[in-house]
Amino acid sequence: MAFDILEPGLATTVQDEGRIGYYRYGLPQGGSMDQYAATLANRLVGNTVAEAVLECTYIGPKLVTTTDAVIAVTGAPVDIFVNGELVPEYERISLVAGDELKFGVIKGGTKYFIAVHGGIDVPVVLGSRSTYPIGAIGGVEGRALVAGDLVPVGAAIDNGLAVLQAIQPEDRPVYSKNVNVRVMLGLYDHKLSATGLENLLGREWVLTPVADRMGLRYSGPGAEWTEREQPFGAGQDPSNIVDAGYAVGSIQIPGGTQPIILHRDAVSGGGYAMAATVISADMDLVARCAPGTKTRFVAVTMEEALEARRENTARAARIWS
Amino acid sequence: MTLPTKARYTWGGDEFLFVEIAEGMSLEANFVSNSIANALEARSLAGIVDICPANASLLVRFDPDKLEWQELERVVHELEDEVRASTEKVLETRIIEIPVWYNDPATNETVARFREGYHQRPEGNDLDYAAEVNGLADAEEFITRHHESPWLVSMVGFVAGLPFLYQLVDRPQQLEVPKYLSPRTDTPPLTVGYGGCFSCIYSVRGAGGYQMFGSAAAPIFDPTQRLADFADFMFLFKPGDIVKFKPIDETEYLRIRAEVDAGTFQYRQAPITFDVAAALADPDGYKLSLLEALNGI
Repeated sequence: MAFDILEPGLATTVQDEGRIGYYRYGLPQGGSMDQYAATLANRLVGNTVAEAVLECTYIGPKLVTTTDAVIAVTGAPVDIFVNGELVPEYERISLVAGDELKFGVIKGGTKYFIAVHGGIDVPVVLGSRSTYPIGAIGGVEGRALVAGDLVPVGAAIDNGLAVLQAIQPEDRPVYSKNVNVRVMLGLYDHKLSATGLENLLGREWVLTPVADRMGLRYSGPGAEWTEREQPFGAGQDPSNIVDAGYAVGSIQIPGGTQPIILHRDAVSGGGYAMAATVISADMDLVARCAPGTKTRFVAVTMEEALEARRENTARAARIWS
Repeated sequence: MTLPTKARYTWGGDEFLFVEIAEGMSLEANFVSNSIANALEARSLAGIVDICPANASLLVRFDPDKLEWQELERVVHELEDEVRASTEKVLETRIIEIPVWYNDPATNETVARFREGYHQRPEGNDLDYAAEVNGLADAEEFITRHHESPWLVSMVGFVAGLPFLYQLVDRPQQLEVPKYLSPRTDTPPLTVGYGGCFSCIYSVRGAGGYQMFGSAAAPIFDPTQRLADFADFMFLFKPGDIVKFKPIDETEYLRIRAEVDAGTFQYRQAPITFDVAAALADPDGYKLSLLEALNGI
């Protein structure tokens, strides 16, 4: 059972919940950029949250299924065609052997997800099927899909839940060109100048096209660091620190100019000071933003971050019951 | 070198605790970071996801649904106190020899591709520049300084299995080299790099901002796990490893590459007990005892 890839799309990769526990060796956590959207697709096809899916960026693949299959597409709004006929997103779709799946032009966001019953069944590497292209591990031969790939699909599974035909509109992610991203100040925020801090939290930032699985770069008023005598080994620029571990979601501002949010495939450490970190509940929101999205960074406390996390957990529990 | 008496505790969102031992790099700060990391690992606390010791800090990822953040902070504080109170400052580790072809044509070809707009000094290569900013006679002298004293793997990360290396010499002897003005878009795998007071070995192809000095001959990250040194794990380095660079010429480089291709290459290495106090008290004498361990095999 497999997907025969006729056209690979722009950057289609196998992803799952991520490769957890190897950050100390420099391996990023990886996994679907928008975990919530990816799990909705898994829910529709009768998988568990752990099955691997195909993550599509802007342009999805054109593929043929070699056997009957149950699939679903979730995430950024896009037209989906089976044998040339439009089928709905956020719904369970039955394919028969030989059916061709392809996509129209994306209408917001950047990423959508294809789940198939049984999951994408590439080998598990260090606990995950997620593709890490720089290290050439996970996914299909450690890389994005190419034409001619035969992507294996796993055997039928029983997740013990009733069949869900469609995701209700209120449970679907929203794709907005104007977002508030909640962050917790910390790490090296004390090294920002008063104006730098004011600009980071008080002004509007716009997501640039320099945005991918590793990080998202924003343009705006700048956020300067205080000039100081640099500690030994840190480097000359006031935004430099002695190379340290990077929190996933942390915001660094090299040279005090453009903030960069580190996302799921980011480097695990380096020498740029971080001023804040996106709370775990808003990492999916960041992944949904397309270039040009107007963004405000809103500071919250640890308690508020944990409350937002609990709300997400409660919503997931409802969908997975 | 005196450390701040207390580390700085701060949060990277709701899943990461960041503990800064010191702002500046030192062997002492690195030892404290690694010792807390090891002690935390030994606690096997439920809800700890990843423990990442770094050069002079420590990053701990946790699952706040399983481990309350206040509890994590309390435990790490406790371990910090224990580590600082302990008189036992030794590390059971190994010394490993890394053959490097310094100033090789392939590295210099990449160096030449990134000058204007990337580098402080477009003329000459990165070694010439590094020698100049450190007041050394020429590239050869810099190369000698780079390989004659061993290095400590003070952190692993950035990308898969990349070691940050801190040279085991007195502070006045330490070489410091600025990073590129703007990061390169390409660095060949196994390039030996240098930025700030750290050396590194790039494990995979990709962006990079460190000056480039040569090519290591054998892999340090092997996802295929074909070579004997990677049979158990695809990463060669872990924090606390001691590295001795060995300068090689083209003939030896090609010989090692052939062994790697044949799957027969193995690193020269020996187990050692690394004594931080001894290394700090007499770096030159301690260096000799480390090298004896390697040469005794």
